[in-house]
Amino acid sequence: MTDIIEIRWHGRGGQGAKTVAEFLALVALNEGKYSQGFPEYGPERSGAPIKGYTRISTGPIKMHSAVYNPDIVLVLDPSLLETVDVCEGQKKGGTVIINSSRPGTELQEQFPFLEGKKVWTLNADQISTDEIGRAMPNMPLLGALVRATEVVQLDSVTGDIEKEFSRKFSPRVLKGNIKAVERAHRETETSQG
Amino acid sequence: MTKTLALTGNEAGAYAIKQIDPDVVPAYPITPQTELMQTFSQYVADGAVRTEMILVESEHSAMSAAVGAAAGGCRVMSATSANGLALMWEVVYIAASFRLPIVLAVVNRALSGPINIHCDHSDSMGCRDSGWIQLYGENPQEVYDNMIQALRIGEHRDVLLPVMTAHDGFITSHTVERVDVLEDDRVKKFLGEYKPRHPLLDTAHPVSYGPLDLQDYYFEHKKQQAEAMKNAKRVILEVGREYGELSGRPYGFFDEYQTEDAEFIVIALGSTAGTAKAAVDLMREGGEKVGVIKLRVFRPFPAPELVEALSGAKAVAVLDRSEGFSSIAGPVFQEVRSALYRKSDIPVSAYVYGLGGRDITPEMITGVFGDLKSGRFHEEQGCHLGVRE
Repeated sequence: MTDIIEIRWHGRGGQGAKTVAEFLALVALNEGKYSQGFPEYGPERSGAPIKGYTRISTGPIKMHSAVYNPDIVLVLDPSLLETVDVCEGQKKGGTVIINSSRPGTELQEQFPFLEGKKVWTLNADQISTDEIGRAMPNMPLLGALVRATEVVQLDSVTGDIEKEFSRKFSPRVLKGNIKAVERAHRETETSQG
Repeated sequence: MTKTLALTGNEAGAYAIKQIDPDVVPAYPITPQTELMQTFSQYVADGAVRTEMILVESEHSAMSAAVGAAAGGCRVMSATSANGLALMWEVVYIAASFRLPIVLAVVNRALSGPINIHCDHSDSMGCRDSGWIQLYGENPQEVYDNMIQALRIGEHRDVLLPVMTAHDGFITSHTVERVDVLEDDRVKKFLGEYKPRHPLLDTAHPVSYGPLDLQDYYFEHKKQQAEAMKNAKRVILEVGREYGELSGRPYGFFDEYQTEDAEFIVIALGSTAGTAKAAVDLMREGGEKVGVIKLRVFRPFPAPELVEALSGAKAVAVLDRSEGFSSIAGPVFQEVRSALYRKSDIPVSAYVYGLGGRDITPEMITGVFGDLKSGRFHEEQGCHLGVRE
């Protein structure tokens, strides 16, 4: 059986969790892998907690259930840590990547569910505000994901942003997104030292 | 060369319709189908197809327009879900009895009420006796493949029946996955030029559609529909084989996964069959002899073929994603057990699951296999899997 990497995105409606969950699936696919990307659909309300899922594998992915035991968790909004156990069901020693201005060790002290996890943090709101002009943490988190796990390559992410969003975004926003991903890749820090 | 794309099930369906380039597409939006026709309408706006798209005021009108256009001699496709299909109801039967090979994508969604936008099969299962052929797809790839084959099946002169191609709402319709698509010209060549059998617009050969048909002929016409449905079995296999030669993905009535030496088999439709395969992979690692049959064709029902496929099994479980309210079990179970009557004495265990989009996991299916192994059969009354009591 082929190994499947399961990823869960926690965000709030409007932060681009659905977009990034699906975009990551596309990046993996363009690297020749198999993938799935899908959101958890509910009443779609701006600001409400939502989840997105990505599966990546070297072989065909057969299962179609939600992701209950993720290898990797990404948190687009740090305030979710207060109300959601983002690590629920996560495999032991799994990776958690959080959009936060605070260091991972500090978050681990405050939130017991982060204990024993590989916690990576980056200030994705700041990065996206600097580079795109507004807080949109989804693409910076993708840069952090590449840094922490290498599930896909950085060049693939930036190349596919260029390819997929050149019609949707202005050149300035497009470049901003690419710069944000690259900056996030550099600036993401781990609590593991 | 085939092309690999990242598409949702709905996008895959829209892409297939784009390549088919049907003459007429009448449509009305409904979740979770909306995205399919929205994507297709973009192709229309971009001039990528020559299709006449008709935006109607309801699904009843959508199917009525489909019937009118198809009777006129056009190749016609549409898409809907749940209550949209319910609103089409009377015209759905008329399409079949007029022998119009319309293809309708049904993005499976639970029928109201209570109101729910998520997946179950209550919508398409409600149409099981309407005279439409029904194909169920597991993933976006199969959505694409089934749409293309559906036209060839329905338009065959020995069939001339409308075809529903179903896929699971949100689960398949809104998941981005890898889809290998064929080149436009190969799709066109596979389909061939549409030659309608008795078009109304062929004024040199006038025909009537829909005249009064009482005790004198109605019964004969129904018998002809039943015969056409029998013929569809042969045609579905021919088309599935030919499509396999074209794409490398052959299709039959059902897909047998690890069933060769399987003692216990689960039968499921749609995306759940994939989840069941994942469960089988896990259990096979532990040496368990288990397998899955994914039923692709529900109408016509491939009874003798299924009996043959189950001949080596000790017990079988049928997973229904709709409640038939028979007080026994769901529609797929009823068909499977009827097929086995006096042909086999293996226990057939009934499960109803996933209503209104309740998630089904590999672990739940592992549990079903556990029931079969330990002789806990639900033969008199279906077990509601994953429901809170």
